[in-house]
Amino acid sequence: MEGKAIKYGDNVDTDVIIPARFLNTSDPKELALHCMEDIDKDFKNKVKPGDIMIAGYNFGCGSSREHAPIAIKESGISCVIAKSFARIFYRNAINIGLPILECPDAASAIEDGDIVSVDLETGIIRDITKGIEFKSQPFPEFIKKIIECGGLINYVKEKVI
Amino acid sequence: MGLTLTQKILSDKAGYEVKPGDLIEIDVDMVLGNDVTSPVAIKEFLKIGVKNVFDKEKIALVPDHFVPNKDIKSAEQVNIVRKFAREYGIVNFFEVGMMGIEHALLPEKGLVLPGDVVIGADSHTCTYGAITCFSTGIGSTDMACAMATGKAWFKVPEAIRFNLKGKLNKWVSGKDVILYIIGMIGVDGALYKSMEFTGDISSLSIDDRFTIANMAIEAGAKNGIFDYDEITEAYVKGRANRKYKVFKADEDADYVESYDIDLSKIKPQVAFPHLPENTKPIDEVGNIKIDQVVIGSCTNGRISDMEVTYEVLKGKKVHPDVRLIIFPATQDIYLECVKRGYIEEFIKAGAAVSTPTCGPCLGGHMGILAKGERAISTTNRNFVGRMGHTESEVYLASPAVAAASAIKGCIASPEEVV
Repeated sequence: MEGKAIKYGDNVDTDVIIPARFLNTSDPKELALHCMEDIDKDFKNKVKPGDIMIAGYNFGCGSSREHAPIAIKESGISCVIAKSFARIFYRNAINIGLPILECPDAASAIEDGDIVSVDLETGIIRDITKGIEFKSQPFPEFIKKIIECGGLINYVKEKVI
Repeated sequence: MGLTLTQKILSDKAGYEVKPGDLIEIDVDMVLGNDVTSPVAIKEFLKIGVKNVFDKEKIALVPDHFVPNKDIKSAEQVNIVRKFAREYGIVNFFEVGMMGIEHALLPEKGLVLPGDVVIGADSHTCTYGAITCFSTGIGSTDMACAMATGKAWFKVPEAIRFNLKGKLNKWVSGKDVILYIIGMIGVDGALYKSMEFTGDISSLSIDDRFTIANMAIEAGAKNGIFDYDEITEAYVKGRANRKYKVFKADEDADYVESYDIDLSKIKPQVAFPHLPENTKPIDEVGNIKIDQVVIGSCTNGRISDMEVTYEVLKGKKVHPDVRLIIFPATQDIYLECVKRGYIEEFIKAGAAVSTPTCGPCLGGHMGILAKGERAISTTNRNFVGRMGHTESEVYLASPAVAAASAIKGCIASPEEVV
């Protein structure tokens, strides 16, 4: 996957990813319309399918609302790279099939607007604009299995049916 | 090396001795969802294709975020949950007249007990660690899968120990303890880890412990958990209608960090916008004028919170420039407040008293802030736009400080008004 980097800072919480005033619906399309609105009013106009979100420490902290990764995924973001993720956001993203990578070096070096490519198989992140490459931590086997199944629902489906 | 309290509970469920970093799939004793997270979970549950839920008594569905329904859309979300509860025979579904904010309600009804593994599609599910169980917030898809299979996956966490000693001073409560700790370790200070509270915990009431465990997530923790003692037993007794197991950390348990905390040294704390870690003791706050005060929520809507609010407010008047909103966390707590005469005093003081709801805490309804307004609140988050306009501000504090502030019109210590 390849796209333009859209960069944010530390402690981006799920209240700004999708404010609670829009949680009276669970329709992904409606949620995407308000994604990031409280810290970046322009997000919905500038995001293009395939773009990659870059963030600092503790991305997705706060509420457990799965509406947050759903809104990000539906808005067209192909992958989130952060210095670290809050734990509920981390598992929600994996469970719904939004690719996420933890890589502090990449998250520091990549600047807003850079063209970035990601290989989820190898965990290699390339900043094409700058011509530099990073390696993210590989996922544990169990999590790889969930990702390969396309999310937790399919993983469980295979086991119960 | 021995096991921490959390690792002991997880080992029991796994059937073998787990170690930090292990990925385990284990049985859960309770699966919780609310009116925001359950509709997404129900949609995902239906995709799995099982005929029944794993156990009709081990699922709790509590519409509490936008109830009483604030608009047509939220009414429809609650209706999805209601219809699902009826169709699948979910025993623990709570309509508005019998409900409470989920994290006050479940322990009150004895639905979560010591030694349990509890997951909830709400980040403050970590609250129940106050009664020595492993409980943690998860998302809607996790909830869906657990409703189908009765299982959930976890990475076994490392733990940070908080070794407590001393007694809390007058007007200092569990809220001040947890704000003090978050101020010390930061909003990701316990990321992926357990926060285990041990030592001399005898001066902390069960309500103090609920408040402390509730905000473990605000330090990024997977769970917060207290040792079991007579106070836990007294609370659980009479509520439990099934057997439960009591666990204890091993003497030689391995903690990644350990802090000694003298409770007698903690002053009332205030967390400044826009993170719970921006804390200051009350005597360093300065003159901060406020427009609104909110007392309640899953963090501070319990009977002892109402009691201290009453102590501060009785016979006084809310400052004319301030709106005070009080919302007891469950119907039982509300009724107890009526019986004790608190509600009458609250209303005489000039407060608006609301039915249990999460509404104002998350900027949902029942007390939204306008641009430029400032609130002091006993809730748990002060993120940008959390309680309303993105240019409003939220300060977090205890009920005692919040009530005193309502009288003074600016952030104040209870000592200034009582």
